[in-house]
Amino acid sequence: MTPTFTPGPSASSLTHSITDRSVSWPTWDQFQRVLLLSDYNTRLVVLGTLTLGAAAGLIGSFMLLRKRALLGDALSHATLPGIVLAFLFSVAAGGTGKGLSVLLLGGSITAVLGVLAVLLIRRYTRIKEDAALGVVLSVFFGLGVALLGIAQRTGQGNSAGLESFIYGKAASMVALDATLIGAVALTVTLICILLFKELKLLCFDTAYAGGQGWPTLRLDLILMAMVVTITVTGLQAVGLILVIALLIIPAAAARFWSDRLAPMAMLAALLGGLSAGVGASMSALFPRMPSGAMIVLVAALVFLVSMIFGRSRGILARALRRHFFNRKVGRQHLLRAMFEVLDSEDEPCSDLTLVQIDRLLALRSWSPRALRREIARAHGDELVVPAGDNAVRFSPGGLLEARRLVRQHRLWEMYLITHADIAPSHVDRDADAIEHILSPELIAQLEELAARKAEAPRIPHSPHAIGVVSPA
Amino acid sequence: MSALAHWEWSLDGWIVVVGILCAVACALVGNFLVLRKMSMMGDAISHAVLPGLAIAFFITGSRANIPMFAGAAIVGVLTALFTEWVRGFGRVDESASMGLVFTTLFALGLLLIVQAADRVDLDPGCVLYGAVELTPLDTVSIAGIQVPRAALMLGIVLLVNLFCVVLFYKELKITAFDPNLATAMGINARAMHYLLMTLVAITTVAAFESVGNILVVAMLVVPAATAHLLTDRLSIMMILSALLAAAAAIFGHVGAIVVPDWFGYGSTSTAGMMAVAAGCLFTLAALLGPRHGLLGRFLRRRVTSPSQVIIE
Repeated sequence: MTPTFTPGPSASSLTHSITDRSVSWPTWDQFQRVLLLSDYNTRLVVLGTLTLGAAAGLIGSFMLLRKRALLGDALSHATLPGIVLAFLFSVAAGGTGKGLSVLLLGGSITAVLGVLAVLLIRRYTRIKEDAALGVVLSVFFGLGVALLGIAQRTGQGNSAGLESFIYGKAASMVALDATLIGAVALTVTLICILLFKELKLLCFDTAYAGGQGWPTLRLDLILMAMVVTITVTGLQAVGLILVIALLIIPAAAARFWSDRLAPMAMLAALLGGLSAGVGASMSALFPRMPSGAMIVLVAALVFLVSMIFGRSRGILARALRRHFFNRKVGRQHLLRAMFEVLDSEDEPCSDLTLVQIDRLLALRSWSPRALRREIARAHGDELVVPAGDNAVRFSPGGLLEARRLVRQHRLWEMYLITHADIAPSHVDRDADAIEHILSPELIAQLEELAARKAEAPRIPHSPHAIGVVSPA
Repeated sequence: MSALAHWEWSLDGWIVVVGILCAVACALVGNFLVLRKMSMMGDAISHAVLPGLAIAFFITGSRANIPMFAGAAIVGVLTALFTEWVRGFGRVDESASMGLVFTTLFALGLLLIVQAADRVDLDPGCVLYGAVELTPLDTVSIAGIQVPRAALMLGIVLLVNLFCVVLFYKELKITAFDPNLATAMGINARAMHYLLMTLVAITTVAAFESVGNILVVAMLVVPAATAHLLTDRLSIMMILSALLAAAAAIFGHVGAIVVPDWFGYGSTSTAGMMAVAAGCLFTLAALLGPRHGLLGRFLRRRVTSPSQVIIE
């Protein structure tokens, strides 16, 4: 093994090497050929990696939910000793040592042993999951490297091909490989569909599943077996280290778009297939780019876009939801405060009575500027009407809304006092926090509670003095 | 054993020394990784430093040490930083965010290296599994003795690790067990976290040449985990892990020469056998450890008589 990073002959130009990349851009004709998959080879590679990506995405979503994302990492490293042993055995038996299925079988066996080792370590020693994964990963890989050292010294020229397992050599995929990948992907998808309900339960509430009598250990092992198969099959396509990426990244990306398992799993499969297909195509267009790296980078880009724009949990979506929620909260606080001011003064709660802004300011800890901003917004929503610089009154619609909100708040306060044993002087704060997200069903329940306590269906009196700041 | 008849102290001795230095340097920081349940971060960083090295090499055009270490340290901290961002902003599960950050950085590194393939004589396999057997051939002269450059680098890193661990022992200990308490006590938990990540990154780079980046994980995690099985006190755990790491290095090199010979093959990779030796020690500790070993627990359960249980 030669040392790394020895500079080549053009040492003087190395300072400019980062700009002098000499990437040959594909011609339009080449682009078209790849896009239409007209080359047999390209077709094989793209479709093969696409299927692999889809299957990996599907399984990855279960692994993500089980919080076992890095198990793929440990597994892919644990395959090395098996692959080398299979190579040595087949060479000793007189074969060429490069038969894909033999190597993959060997890899699968040691990967399964690796999984068992992780489970045993976690179960019987005080070592936690992450350290167990680290131990299994490194020791098995070390064993593989040691065996590889032996294999290389046996002088079998084609042992160098074993290293392609680390980088992937999708470009030299043959029909047999692609068929194998396709078959594996199909089997995995079928099993996932058949066992979807069971796997869903396993991912979300293992204890409940076990209590209900589902064979959780067997299901876990089936899931692990599927991960092993995908990992081992993926070694050929994208390489040992990068197959983990396909197991993790599309699933994590899909997570941002949905909160339900079925859409998430399907989207993960779609994104995985997309990343793999696009990455492989790009690798075909730019022959110097290793296919595995391209696929991972495309997947990472997809993840980034999902993280920002994902509809359900993306950063943008969450920020917008928070923004609108804050707006709603501010509006509701204003309306309720106005109503309470009128209520406490025993003024008739009509839409003609003026509410002084000074009284409002005293009610909550908001700055004059914030209060005026809320009033302006509520005015825009046609809920209040400013009356001069220092007063504001309800609009008819605003008054109705305010009555509804205050009723909701008082009901909740009553519930907290009677059922949660919270002191009346503390209740305002807690009610404040929860009332904005009360659902109509819950309101109906609280109203029923009020009715049972023989309260007239009107706004209950406030259990505490208005305007008194409750102790924290 | 006929295989050991070829033992040459000037070569094999240095190989063992380099192995020991590497293993002990890794074990020192590895203890904290294991305790903080971040063992896989070692794996992540050791994969992720690849682009850092590639960029450092592109920019400086040479294999000088300082730029390499600087590049690695920066990427090490970036890995930790990105993982935190993805976990915090994206609300992604911790292990998944680790996995995605380091695979992306590794892919980036591969791309950069392959780009320069015609300008550098690069053997990616060497980056991954190292070539400790060749380290005695590249020596510098210190006080008249020919010392392998790898031994020098690893020695320096070992001293740096030792220095940081001893200086910040209390802080590292508290942040490892209870980061919230540490923050309440005024210890900057984040700074300790990034310090640890930086140490891991520079140790990884220094160890590239001897054991390669994947087996660094073995040296980071396995001796520390083994020590964790044998004791409950941090100070003893650190000493034990250093001893176990050194033992793994020695057995690893001897094993690399001797074990293949049993099967009729020549010698094999020392780095691989080091990992295997560490794994064997781990298995022994798991089975036979005095307090937490399986055998001990099994026997204790048999020995406790029913009457004792009822009375208590």
